[in-house]
Amino acid sequence: MKPFTYERAASPTEAATAAARQPGARFIAGGTNLLDLMKLQIETPAHLIDVNGLGLDRIEETQEGGLRIGALVRNTDLAADARVRRDHAVLSRALLAGASGQLRNRATTAGNLLQRTRCPYFYDTNMACNKRRSGSGCSALGGYSRQLAVVGGSDACIATHPSDMAVAMRVLDATVETVKPQGATRTIPIADFHRLPGDTPEIETVLEPGELITAVTLPKPAGGAHHYRKVRDRASYAFALVSVAAIVQPDGSGRVALGGVAPKPWRSEEAEADMPRGARPVMAKLLAGAKPTEENKFKLPLAERALAAVLAEAKG
Amino acid sequence: MKFDTPATTNPIDRLKIVGRPTDRIDGPLKTTGTAPYAYERHDVAPDAAYGHVLGSAIAKGRIASMDLTAARAAPGVLAIVTAENAGKLGKGEYNTATLLGGPEIEHYHQAVALVVAETFEQARDAVEMIEVEYGRAEGAYDLAAARDAAKPSGKDDEPADSRVGDFDSAFAAAAVRLDATYTTPDQSHAMMEPHASIAAWQGDRLSLWTSNQMVAWSVGDMAKTLGIAKEKVHLMSPYVGGGFGGKLWVRADAVLAALGARAAKRPVKVALQRPLMINNTTHRPATIQRIRLGADRDGRLTAIGHDSWSGDLPGGKPETAILQTRLLYAGANRLTRQRLAELDLPEGNSMRAPGETPGMMALEIAMDEMAEKLGLDPVEFRIRNDTQVDPEQPKRPFSQRQLTECLRTGAARFGWARRKPQPRQVRDGRWLVGLGMAAAYRGSPVVKSGARVRLDAKGIVTVETDMTDIGTGSYTIIAQTAAEMMGVPLDKVVVRLGDSAFPVSSGSGGQFGGNSSTAGVYAACVKLREAVTARLGLNAAAAEFIDGQVRSGDRAIALADAARAGELVAEDEIEFGGLDKKAQLSTFGGHFVEVAVDAATAEVRIRRMLAVCASGRILNPKSARSQVIGAMTMGAGAALMEDLVVDKRHGFFVNHDLASYEVPVHADIPHQEVIFLDETDPMSSPMKAKGVGELGICGVAAAVANAIYNATGVRVRDYPITLDKLLEKMPDVG
Repeated sequence: MKPFTYERAASPTEAATAAARQPGARFIAGGTNLLDLMKLQIETPAHLIDVNGLGLDRIEETQEGGLRIGALVRNTDLAADARVRRDHAVLSRALLAGASGQLRNRATTAGNLLQRTRCPYFYDTNMACNKRRSGSGCSALGGYSRQLAVVGGSDACIATHPSDMAVAMRVLDATVETVKPQGATRTIPIADFHRLPGDTPEIETVLEPGELITAVTLPKPAGGAHHYRKVRDRASYAFALVSVAAIVQPDGSGRVALGGVAPKPWRSEEAEADMPRGARPVMAKLLAGAKPTEENKFKLPLAERALAAVLAEAKG
Repeated sequence: MKFDTPATTNPIDRLKIVGRPTDRIDGPLKTTGTAPYAYERHDVAPDAAYGHVLGSAIAKGRIASMDLTAARAAPGVLAIVTAENAGKLGKGEYNTATLLGGPEIEHYHQAVALVVAETFEQARDAVEMIEVEYGRAEGAYDLAAARDAAKPSGKDDEPADSRVGDFDSAFAAAAVRLDATYTTPDQSHAMMEPHASIAAWQGDRLSLWTSNQMVAWSVGDMAKTLGIAKEKVHLMSPYVGGGFGGKLWVRADAVLAALGARAAKRPVKVALQRPLMINNTTHRPATIQRIRLGADRDGRLTAIGHDSWSGDLPGGKPETAILQTRLLYAGANRLTRQRLAELDLPEGNSMRAPGETPGMMALEIAMDEMAEKLGLDPVEFRIRNDTQVDPEQPKRPFSQRQLTECLRTGAARFGWARRKPQPRQVRDGRWLVGLGMAAAYRGSPVVKSGARVRLDAKGIVTVETDMTDIGTGSYTIIAQTAAEMMGVPLDKVVVRLGDSAFPVSSGSGGQFGGNSSTAGVYAACVKLREAVTARLGLNAAAAEFIDGQVRSGDRAIALADAARAGELVAEDEIEFGGLDKKAQLSTFGGHFVEVAVDAATAEVRIRRMLAVCASGRILNPKSARSQVIGAMTMGAGAALMEDLVVDKRHGFFVNHDLASYEVPVHADIPHQEVIFLDETDPMSSPMKAKGVGELGICGVAAAVANAIYNATGVRVRDYPITLDKLLEKMPDVG
């Protein structure tokens, strides 16, 4: 861990302004990911801006009938919220499928969206990694790739986004609210929030320097039956090989997003139009253009089978 | 005491304290966080500086240059140790690669520098400022590719090859044959407590508080590495937070703490950081195993062949995966061969039941496959091939062998009769359900072990031995042994372990520690009893030690009276005089497992596990059960998830942390049961006990594999059995 300076911000705008002022500054909330990365010098911020005191820890109902989730709402609290459990159950289920009780007590809504990949080569600073050091190369290509992306990757990076929560947020059409350094705010649809790696895998979101997430908003309830099916090598406390977030309506229509397969939550509105026809046509479109490795090609049939199981369960 | 004739009746047989389920006497220390583990010895070294290790970034080659300028100038840095400035170092007898690399690099994350600083954070930061230029060399990292160049490897009592009869002809002529190849991956001990040490010098004398299973070995290897006399090394390892064979030897933390303390001129503590543990220390080596079985139509084995290949650094050792095959089943024609390839991966070495764990992973799937070919129940097939003598040396019996009893008891208790012989017959909602079993086998070696016992005027009995407690319960069984022998309650016994100032014990390894170390305490107590009766003027042969008294005829004298005129001290060791050569000392068991496999995703979830063990007298059924369920859990990990993944380009284990090297969590292990059969083994020791902590893992993974086959009809011969290996053959969904 490199020495760093630290401040507590008094308001979201002040936090954003402070971050823009100091090159190499990072926000810290739960710290469940950032601190680990700092210890390994994968992240080396010169300055930390603690946003825990900003009061962004409430869940409010919106005029449209949705929920506005403060950026600092802890994963445990979000999963347990009665309105989330009743109206957005896929989110609660995804959260509870992730991490451990102790981690969920600390981890925040915004931090969860911003957590970084678990690619083992990202974690070993002796290895080339374009995400960690731009232009150094990708050791995962041609290396151990069982956990890594089958779709959406590039010749520069095949890392996956590890979040479960973000997959549910994607299927719920959440929007991300931010404040920029001079106080301007904007709203980013979750679909646009994470970027694909392309030639610049080190840039993972559309956030601008200093821009701070203040809330994540869910639209009015989507109805239907909510499923989160996480497939992994052990029964708990493991990242997804494949996860399926699905909302299935009584007429068989619905929405689906995948985790564990791509650099971001993976959803295609065109593909899910085929949901009444079953998992196969949905996956044919959703995973079109997939470029799996020999080690992770099993994720393609696995994703289809997991969705088929969800659809069968929804039918009852 | 020489143990060269079978044990007769002795005070242990009273079983007033030994053999009773007993809480750990060190339990309160552990549950209150006050047991003094090596890294937290603030009491003995309050001023310790912090050392942090830099591991090599390459697997093989040389350090071309190393620039320490920035690190030296970093805040708080007191000293930096490298091979260049450490002075001449030897290599420990039990180490294959050197513990401080440079300029030659032998494996990835081999230690190349230690930075000592005032704080942990300063040391860790400064390590990253060291600039190292490497000259990379080609290395061999792929066991499958190196297999053909592998050479026979064995030792005197474990030769590389063994042959009985004419395997080739018998196999060719057998009515039913199996010829299959199995693989097991490299595995990590992944113990909770990392390798950790605090070193302090007083002049030329070194005090080392460390986490180590084998105190005397490690005193020797510290001395040899540092080039000092053994007498100058005081090693203390009273509490060990898990070892599993990974702490049988001195590792980089201990040597670098000593060198760092010498350079910084004050005590230094070093814990290996988790990402270094996997490539810096030792691991269980991967194996490729070919098993050939031939049988007649009645299911009697006529030919048993087992070839095993493993790899290690030059000068290293083979994984002895063929050993159990020499002893487990009858069969007139036998062939086992053990081959070792040179690899430049980190050092392979012992991990819980080395040899038998991977050997049984393969052999016991092969037995399941063969039973199916023969149309026999897998339990019945094994019983049909049971033997009471060493199949390679039929004049040599097993001292005790209750394999058949274990299997029958297990089958009855587990509800084995409900198993469908045809696979893929049982569906429970989304789950395909199956039952599997395997035999359990592990040798039970005995090792010389000493102890000192003191009796004071308050009647307190104090035991001192360099035996270690690696979480197994040594403190408690040693206390039980002394209490039984001296006729005092448990709370009158104090046990002091893991200090090189105490008599040399067996140490903890190879499941020899429990039986051997308590036998050493027994021997010392026999001497103490003689001293007591002599002091009290009683006839030693007629005296009974009971209820805090010594009774002889109509006299009853308080035990404490014997020490009124001064503490009584007795020291002895148990020396094993060849009974283990006349008879084979082994432990046996049966593992039974029920699994459910998700029909859609092929995720495997264990539903219940049962182990039945026949392993001599169980000294403490409570801690023995903990040992066995822990071993079963480790076996479940071996079956389903544990896999050190080799990057064959860079030559290292990629998944070098606990997020990516998965071991079972609570949710993976819903229900476990353990049954110990009544057994006493007078050939084994005066305790009539044997090992059990390693028996518990042997065969577990195969039982899981066989249950998966019974559930799904998919036979996987390459561990771990992850869902991608099953998925293609799973039924259609929906």
